[in-house]
Amino acid sequence: MDAHLRIVALTGSVCLFLVVFELVRQRRLLERYALLWLACALGLVALSAWDRLLQVLADALGASYPPSALFAAAFFFIIMLLLHFSVAVSRLADQSKMLAQRLALTEQRMASLEARARRSDLLADGEHQPTPNPQEVL
Amino acid sequence: MKVERADASTDFAAAAARADGPGGATGRTLAIVPAYNESATVRQVVQAIRAAAPLIDVLVIDDGSTDDSSAIARREHAVVLRHPFNLGIGGAVQTGFLYAQEHGYDFMVQVDGDGQHDPGEISRLFAAIEQHPHVDMVCGSRFIGSDHRYPAPISRRTGIHVFAFLLSRIVGQRVSDPTSGFRLYNRRAIELFARDYPHDYPEVEAVLMLHFHRLSMRETPVRMFVRGGGVSSIRSGKSVYYMIKVLLAMFVGLVRRRPVVEPGDASPAHAGSF
Repeated sequence: MDAHLRIVALTGSVCLFLVVFELVRQRRLLERYALLWLACALGLVALSAWDRLLQVLADALGASYPPSALFAAAFFFIIMLLLHFSVAVSRLADQSKMLAQRLALTEQRMASLEARARRSDLLADGEHQPTPNPQEVL
Repeated sequence: MKVERADASTDFAAAAARADGPGGATGRTLAIVPAYNESATVRQVVQAIRAAAPLIDVLVIDDGSTDDSSAIARREHAVVLRHPFNLGIGGAVQTGFLYAQEHGYDFMVQVDGDGQHDPGEISRLFAAIEQHPHVDMVCGSRFIGSDHRYPAPISRRTGIHVFAFLLSRIVGQRVSDPTSGFRLYNRRAIELFARDYPHDYPEVEAVLMLHFHRLSMRETPVRMFVRGGGVSSIRSGKSVYYMIKVLLAMFVGLVRRRPVVEPGDASPAHAGSF
């Protein structure tokens, strides 16, 4: 890999690493997700800085042009990250569905308890007994 | 509201409970009406349920409507559960299962809020479960019985028949109308689906789930109307997506769901008899 390309690759991956690190430091990125990003950034830094490693990877992949092995590695990392996020989004969607359902059930339960409390207040006040209409409490 | 009324059993449900034998079932029944922007039809659906089965409790699940569906349902004295945002039909129906489970209902009947199901035929569903008390779900079908022609576009009907063909082969039992949402569930089915119910287009997958959990189902002929108003969750442009999604769910379901019999569940003695 020639010097120019290496400088670009190295700068890019170091910047990525620093940005992720800064996001974690500011607590804008959960460590759970940050670890994956940091691992990706470190991998890219290592591959851009260390010629031998890239050569080994290129040989293993059968790539005659080592920088293309660097792209392949970056591409692989990105696919893995996206997959990870799809899994995370699916889980969040599932959780938000459950929350919405619990909220609806709880709101209804609370409204019915409030209505019942109002009714028993009326009774306690010595009012005439209201006919127990189970439907008025809605 | 207070739903634990002493008289909250229906004559249908009571009959069904009697047919259930010595189970101690009181036969309390909940009718759920999932509604998403169905203000045009939800009133007449609730009224029709009350007319057909006056002692069934009616629960309307407002799935994040932007119209006044839930206000209308409240005026009709239905219990209303309101989702803070739209979850889709699967989420709405599952909320109904959760409510039925937590309030100890023995039966739950699902009637769509768009008026395509005829609540007058709820009694047919109960008649089927009375005849076959071991059945966990009764499904109203448009396609069995001689006198009913279902007035749907040919594309829709073709899709339904494709699902019906595949599903019948998988579950080893004829399923003529797997997309019908006009269904009656017993307590075991309520408990299963309160735990886990499919997301987007749940009816077909629900049949699969029943099969893999060794619960049983039957179909009974019903009449269905074309939709009274609102917009179907399956718009024509989406029907291809719908087909592919349901097919994917069916084939993924084949390799995923293993029979799960929870400890404490009623013994699946009749399981696998189909």
